[in-house]
Formats: sequence, C-alpha cells, structure tokens
Amino acid sequence: MKIERLKTDLLIIGGGTAGCYAAITATSDNTAPNAAGNKSADLKILIVEKANIKRSGCLAAGVNALNAYITEGRTPKDYVEYAKKDADGIVREDLLYSISEKFNEVTAHLEKLGLVILKDKDGKYVTRGNRNIKINGENIKPILAKAVKELPNVTVLNHVNIFDFSVHGNKIDGAFGFGIENDTFYAIEAGAVIIATGGAAGLYRPNNPGFSRHKMWYPPFNTGAGYAMGIRHGAEMTTFEMRFIALRCKDTIAPTGTLAQGVGAKQVNSLGEIYETKYGISTSERVYGTVTENLEGRGPCYLRTEGISAEQEESLLKAYLNMAPSQTIRWLENETPSKANVEIEGTEPYIVGGHTASGYWVDTKRATTIQGLYAAGDVAGGAPQKYVTGALAEGEIAAKSAVEYIKAKVDRHAPLQGSRNAPGINPGQALDAEVPLNISDSNIASHVAEIEKFFQNKKSDFTTEQLEETMQIVMDTYAGGIKTGYRYSENQLKLAKKEIEEIEKLTNKLGAADLQEVMYIYELKERLTVCRSVIAHLAARHETRWHSFAENLDYPEKDNINFRKYVNSRLENGEIKIILRELTAEGQRNYEHQH
Amino acid sequence: MSISIDQSKCIGCGKCHDVCPGTLIKINENKKAFIKYPKDCWGCTSCIKECPVHAIHFFLGEDIGGKGSKVHTEKVNGLVRWIVEFPDGSVKTIDIDPKESNKY
Repeated sequence: MKIERLKTDLLIIGGGTAGCYAAITATSDNTAPNAAGNKSADLKILIVEKANIKRSGCLAAGVNALNAYITEGRTPKDYVEYAKKDADGIVREDLLYSISEKFNEVTAHLEKLGLVILKDKDGKYVTRGNRNIKINGENIKPILAKAVKELPNVTVLNHVNIFDFSVHGNKIDGAFGFGIENDTFYAIEAGAVIIATGGAAGLYRPNNPGFSRHKMWYPPFNTGAGYAMGIRHGAEMTTFEMRFIALRCKDTIAPTGTLAQGVGAKQVNSLGEIYETKYGISTSERVYGTVTENLEGRGPCYLRTEGISAEQEESLLKAYLNMAPSQTIRWLENETPSKANVEIEGTEPYIVGGHTASGYWVDTKRATTIQGLYAAGDVAGGAPQKYVTGALAEGEIAAKSAVEYIKAKVDRHAPLQGSRNAPGINPGQALDAEVPLNISDSNIASHVAEIEKFFQNKKSDFTTEQLEETMQIVMDTYAGGIKTGYRYSENQLKLAKKEIEEIEKLTNKLGAADLQEVMYIYELKERLTVCRSVIAHLAARHETRWHSFAENLDYPEKDNINFRKYVNSRLENGEIKIILRELTAEGQRNYEHQH
Repeated sequence: MSISIDQSKCIGCGKCHDVCPGTLIKINENKKAFIKYPKDCWGCTSCIKECPVHAIHFFLGEDIGGKGSKVHTEKVNGLVRWIVEFPDGSVKTIDIDPKESNKY
C-alpha cells in the first residue's frame, strides 16, 4: 500500500448534497477578507468521497420535488411548527429556523446552477401542497458536481473511504482513509473538517433480505460512518432513538405519494376499510396505522387503485418510470394498478438526521462537540424534515462556520509569527509551512497495520456478509425491527446489546482480499457502533412518544413530565453515557454548547 | 433489482464504473464492464443513464416480483424511450418527454 500525506485547510468528508454545497458556498463567500486582508477563496478545500460525487449519496437516483420550501403566504415559522409537531416536540428550534430561513435562497441558487424548477403560466413555481415544489431533478447531483468541479481551489478525491478522524485533545486535525481501487493510504491534515457522510441504512434486516437486500428506501451505501467516527472519539450525539421508517409500495420500496396525490388512492385494509385517518397523520402515525391493521388481522394493507381509468394508469406508469422504475416494471410483469390495489408496507428502520432528529449534537453554527468538526445534512441531529434544501442550507452554514474557525486560527497565530502580518502572505501556505505535523508517522503506521491485519486474516471462520446478516437479525429481533412490528422491551434490548458486542469482537478476525473488502469490514464496524448507540437510546427513553419509530413495550404511553427532553449520549471509557438535556425554548434562534 | 451489462455492446468507456454510488461495477481484462456485486445494487439507475451505448439494462429480482424482463432506455428525438423486453420475446416501449416528466 502506498502512503500519501495530504494537507488542506478545509476537509469535507462525503461529497453528497450537503458536502458539495459546503464546498460551493465556502468558496463563494470570498467577499469579506479577514483581519489580515485574506479571503476565504484562498483556502484550500478537499472533498473526500467514497464513490464519485457525480452520482453519490441520497440523490444518486435524482429527486422530483423539493419537499422543504416556503411557499407563497407561508413563513419559516410555519415550517418550524410543522416539523416540531411531526416530531412531537423533540426538535431543536434554533436549527430548524436556521435552515427554514434559507430554503428559498438555496433553491434560487440551485436554479441558477441549472436545476429545472417547474413553473406555471405566470412564471411561479409549481407547488404540491404547502411546502413542496416540483422539479425535474434527475440530474440534481451532476449539477452540484459540475459546480464543484469549476471551483479552482477545491480538490475532489473520489473512491476514497475515510475510516477514522485524527483528534488530539478533543480537537480534530485531520482524518485517515484509503483509496478503494488505487491501493493507497491517505493521511490528511486539515485546519477544520466538515462531516457530511449521511445517515445509516443496513442496521436492521431489510424487507427483502435475499437477492434484493439493497432495494431499500435509504442508500445502502450510507453506513453511518460519520456517526461512528464521532461516537468513537467521544462526540455527543442526540435522539438516535427517533428512528425513521418509510411507508412504501411493497417489494419495490417505491414512494406512495404519487398514488395518493396523483390518483387519490386511499389506504385500505384487506376488508376494504379506509384506515388512514384513524391513527393520526404524523409520519410515524401513518406507519403505525398500517402496522396495527396487520397486527390485528386486517392486513395486508393497500393503496386502493382498482378501477382507475386507462388514462390514469398510463400516467402512473410514466410517473413511476421517471422516479422509481422498478414499480412500473413490477406492474407490467404482474398486474397493473387498475386491476390490483398496490400493497404497502413499512421499511426497516433507518437512522437519518434529514428526516428525524438523530445525529451529531451541534450548536446553531453546526459545530459538533469536537473542536473544529462541523456537521451537515443527514449526519447532523436536531433538525428533522430537512430534506434536500435543508441539507444544502446546513452545508452552507457549516462551511461558513468552518471558514470562520480556520481564519480565526490563522489570525490568532499571526502576532506570534511575525511574517504572517506581511502583505501578500497566503494564510493557507503559511499554515502549511509553519504548523507542525499533527499526524505523526506512528499514527499512520498503526492505522496501516490495522488495515493490513485484515489481509493477513486468511482463514476467517466468518465472512463480513455473514456478520452483517447476523447483526441485522439481532436488531430485527431484539431492537424493534420489522419482525416485531417495530416494538421492543427492555429485556430484548439487553440481549441486543450483548449480541451486538459479541459480533463487534468477531469483526477483528475478518479477512479481506482487497481494499474494497476492507471497506466492507469498516462499514460493518460502523454499523455496529451505530447499533450500540441506537440500542442505548431506545432503552433510555422510558416512554412511547412516536409510535413505531420508538415503540417501547415497557412504557407504552407518552411521558411529558419526564421526557420532553433530548436524549443525548457520549461514549466514555467504552460505555455509552446517556445525558438528558432540556428542550430549546419556544422560538429560540440560537444555541451554544455548554461544556 | 439489479443490472447486467451486455458486453457485446460495451465500449469500455468506464463511465458506469465511475458513477456507481456503491463502486460495484468493475472493468475486466478485456476492457469490458461487469457488475461484481449484483446483490449490492441499490437500483438507482445512474449507470444506465451514463452508458453512451445502452449496454446496461436492469431487472427485478425474483424475490420482489421479477419475472425475467429486461429494461433499458434510449434517447429518441429528445424523448427518453423505455424499452421492456419480456421473457416471451414481446417488447413494450414507453416514451417520456423529460420536460413533461414531472406533471403527473
């Protein structure tokens, strides 16, 4: 394995929606020079992405609506209230305000970059409901990638997997990774780091665990790497117990909204009764309704499409070809929607900060509790319902905060090192030349040795795939997966914890033939770390506030006296310590960490 | 859902390999693309969109209702033509105008 040392001012880990936009906005903000007269455009930025930024992350397949937008007559406050209600109060209002106030601005920017937003005859955006606008977003990721590519000071490393942070004294100074196809180890030193690796799929046994195991709602390549690296370095995390479960078309896991809104299909049980209004309309209540109808013997559940017109059917076939083609093919290979209702089911649970509130505990600037580390997108907690525009807004906020942090560091150093005050000195270069190396050769050697050990483990009793499946079965059975209707008890969670810890020990014996297989081992380890946190959080919330998302059989009722609180956690001496924190005040716009 | 690549059509440009969000597609010694990890495909169709010679098609796994049909797209006069080849040899095509693609 070749060893390459890199240095950058700002390292962005993960080149998805939030990561790309962080790079775009960090450099566009070059109008305000710092005290030494330098602009942020001077900063060197490095994006490291484990796939390729052109089509990586949640938007690889494209998207046909922006679901978080302030439509005419609405205000950011309305959006905050909606998200707060959907999460039954457990949100960070400061974070929600800071993204809601940027939704429309980032949308306008995307349009300028080339995104097609549908307009009516008066030139106004076509809305779908109170918060959504329609787009032709198949190419949204290539648009972002192209904008990144045009920036002179941004370098992109594709197909490089970051697997550990470099942290000294709770301050981040870089990260370690490896090229999955070029046999290279990377030690990257950075002035600040933005983590934008997305959420975690693949913790629980999926709907179709056989050949189609990856036909899931959330990208199967989002393995919780960002969460896991932060957890291991002691970062505080929040609300991992608020899992996300999507209600989807059975088998294809295609979205249901177009059936409901496009042809007015109602949710019905097998008796033909409409049940969708019986359980409430929040995201979790919609899942819970379907689960309950099944548990009580009135399943399967469907979206009622039988009898729709030939014209409606044709439009549905086309709509799904465009956004979820597997559903159209399934119809064509089996029965079309006018002849058979479309069966619906809940997916396995995911941990995803763009939809629920799980993730890094950040302040309003998106600073995590590790100094110099900022979080954006699905990896950042506290702000559910952020969707695409929220991820963009957080990318921008995190980028501006990180740039401010880097500049402050350079300025602080300046008086001590006189030459920095001389005109024409680029702070980036000065940083390169004068700050001693943070990552020592022995740091590198120990990380390389860890990787090489997997190549030496030739005769492993297990494969990575087998352990992954075992982990998913444990979570499914004992931590509220599909199998139990998302329900769990304290005793089950205790077993889950024990078994996950045993699987964790076995991962060190796994073998790999190449670096892609090493990546799979690290992804499994990341998922196991996240599983432990999820289990600890589920066990800590002694109530059932969100049906299905966190259905605690020992505490089936909501407890507003003791649990109108954030459940946070931090890894201390190998154990997850739970910290209950008070909710932000009504309308609170700003929040700083209190260490 | 997964994909397969028709190696007689593949020109070895490597675009599918580059964009796969799971890095599941590799190039073999004969400079032809193949999917190394078919069970790990998410079904995002990025590779199908990138392929300049329509050498990639997708199919549904049997476990999610697949019956053996193969699907690919071609661009015809600015329209996206979806071509479904059924196992009995019959073919269905559906044309979609990208500009009108989101009206439903």
